[in-house]
Amino acid sequence: MARLNRTGYGRSAVLLLTGAYFLVPIACAIAFSIGIGAPRQALGFEAYTGIFGADGFTDSLTLTLKLAAATIALVLVLLVPALVTVRLAAPRLRTLVEIVCMLPLVVPAVALVAGISAVLRWGPDHFAGTPLFQAMAALQAPQFPMVLVLAYTLMALPLAYRTLDTGFAAIDLRVLVEAARSCGAPWPHTLIHVVLPNLRGALLNTAFLTLALVLGEYTVAAVLGYQPFAVWIVATSGSQAQMSVAVSMVGLLVTWMLLLLISAAGRARRPKENS
Amino acid sequence: MTDLLTDPESVRPTRAGSTVEFRGLRRAFGTTTALDGLDLEVRPGELLALLGPSGCGKTTALRTVAGFERPDTGEVLVDGEDITRVPAHRREAGMVFQSYSLFPHMTAIDNVAFGLRMNGTGKAARRARAAELLELVGLANHAARFPRQLSGGQQQRIALARALALRPRVLLLDEPLSALDAQVRLTLREEIRRLQQQLGITTLFVTHDQEEALSMADRVAVMRAGRLEQCAPPAELYERPATAFVANFVGVMSRIPARPGADGTTVGAFGRTLPVHGTLPGPVGTDGGSGEVDVLVRPEAIGVTADGDGTSQIVGATFLGATTRLTVRLAGGAEVMADVATHSTAGLPVGAKVTLTLPDRPVLVDRHSWGNGGRSGG
Repeated sequence: MARLNRTGYGRSAVLLLTGAYFLVPIACAIAFSIGIGAPRQALGFEAYTGIFGADGFTDSLTLTLKLAAATIALVLVLLVPALVTVRLAAPRLRTLVEIVCMLPLVVPAVALVAGISAVLRWGPDHFAGTPLFQAMAALQAPQFPMVLVLAYTLMALPLAYRTLDTGFAAIDLRVLVEAARSCGAPWPHTLIHVVLPNLRGALLNTAFLTLALVLGEYTVAAVLGYQPFAVWIVATSGSQAQMSVAVSMVGLLVTWMLLLLISAAGRARRPKENS
Repeated sequence: MTDLLTDPESVRPTRAGSTVEFRGLRRAFGTTTALDGLDLEVRPGELLALLGPSGCGKTTALRTVAGFERPDTGEVLVDGEDITRVPAHRREAGMVFQSYSLFPHMTAIDNVAFGLRMNGTGKAARRARAAELLELVGLANHAARFPRQLSGGQQQRIALARALALRPRVLLLDEPLSALDAQVRLTLREEIRRLQQQLGITTLFVTHDQEEALSMADRVAVMRAGRLEQCAPPAELYERPATAFVANFVGVMSRIPARPGADGTTVGAFGRTLPVHGTLPGPVGTDGGSGEVDVLVRPEAIGVTADGDGTSQIVGATFLGATTRLTVRLAGGAEVMADVATHSTAGLPVGAKVTLTLPDRPVLVDRHSWGNGGRSGG
């Protein structure tokens, strides 16, 4: 009994320390954002209420959400068919695909953006007057910089691969696909009606992780001169420090809520018949 | 377990059973040859069991009909039409898999209706047909359940209903009972057989369980190393196996050392000369001594008579119910098995001297198996 009590105390201590590690900085940030501890400043929620009216907030958030949606779509369009192919038709390529997907882990964002910058500078000199020049210009269009989507897709590959691979490992893909095919389903229908619904949890997790990555990514966008949400927060912190912290807190809260929603959606089953 | 309905008229396929032909089918996976020139024809409306040991190519043959394997050479024909290059979803072949293959995110009725949904059948029509099929397999009251809420036997019956929903030309069963426990397996195999006969659908059934094959099939095709050894009705396969492999694989065989005749058409065993069924395995007659060949005989075909002067001796007895399997040691040391009616074993105790007799008909002969205990197969 005494040993059990000691174990209980030990667990509580670890929990307390871990909680403090996460919660103290958040509490300090919230305190700062509402003016606690700042001399000659009244307490208030102006930093929060003024977020939506802040200059550049809506534009940067809209751009980030559009980039996130495009990145999620591209990651899934690339990885789901690739993993289905690797598992069904070319199992020998599995290691290669895994290595390729994990490669961005060892390439720092700064190195990645340095490479992208070099290509973008070098390209126009060589392709002037060709369709490729137009394509490179379109990639960098300020209203929707596709080049960021490509970079974010690369950066999201390791997380997306792991999550999707775990999802695939949890189902008997070959049997499900063959059962669907023997029921007269062509490949696209098999993917849409059988494979994807059984990967719902993995797809949602992939989408969430990619969204979180895009929401928080700063280096690539800043170096390339775009101003999505993370870059806007940093830029705002110079002139409106409290608001930039407030925005970060709201972002954190929204991310947690999304995580809970995705977790709940992953567990829920469809109770009604749909045939 | 709910009984099957006996009147499947409402779900009877519109067409008569189809023929399925394998012509010179070859398929290799790297250095392993799964099919080595398979030729076989399945007749309309029959249930043909593909039987053989692991790796003999029976599942590969089935999967070539389903369209999940493409042969290196050879053709698969259904009703005379070459379907070798037709994609799997256009083959009109319903399939039940060894592992549970219901779509986990769909209810039982959605699973059954899936094929109809894929071919564009209206919602009301597909739900009505799916309900009929669920009733046919005795699971009408399980329509709203998800696969995880069903037992293994129920899942396989729903998989069977799903396979039949599109009125397939051919039904493919890939060891559908092997994951089930013994009692459910017995019940379900009777139900599958009854349903197949009632619907008159041409069915290919892959199994490695000889009892399953012999009890369910109209004909059994025994495969070995990618080739067909023999295709015959169960009784013929058991009574007159064409090769030693079939004899050993199907049922139990006693091997009795014998002396090959000089003309190559007879053998001598137990003091009698018997005609050989088929041909003597070569090379024979090099020294003419006994022990070069074995005569293969079913244990129940061997006569056992108590004989104080006999040269053979009973060394073991196993009670099998109506029969008792005696292990008899011959004068040369080989042991053979003989089945006798249990009620007649009173005069045949272990240790008794006996005389063995063989039936008066052509016997199958194999090369002598040195060191065998006089038995083979299982």
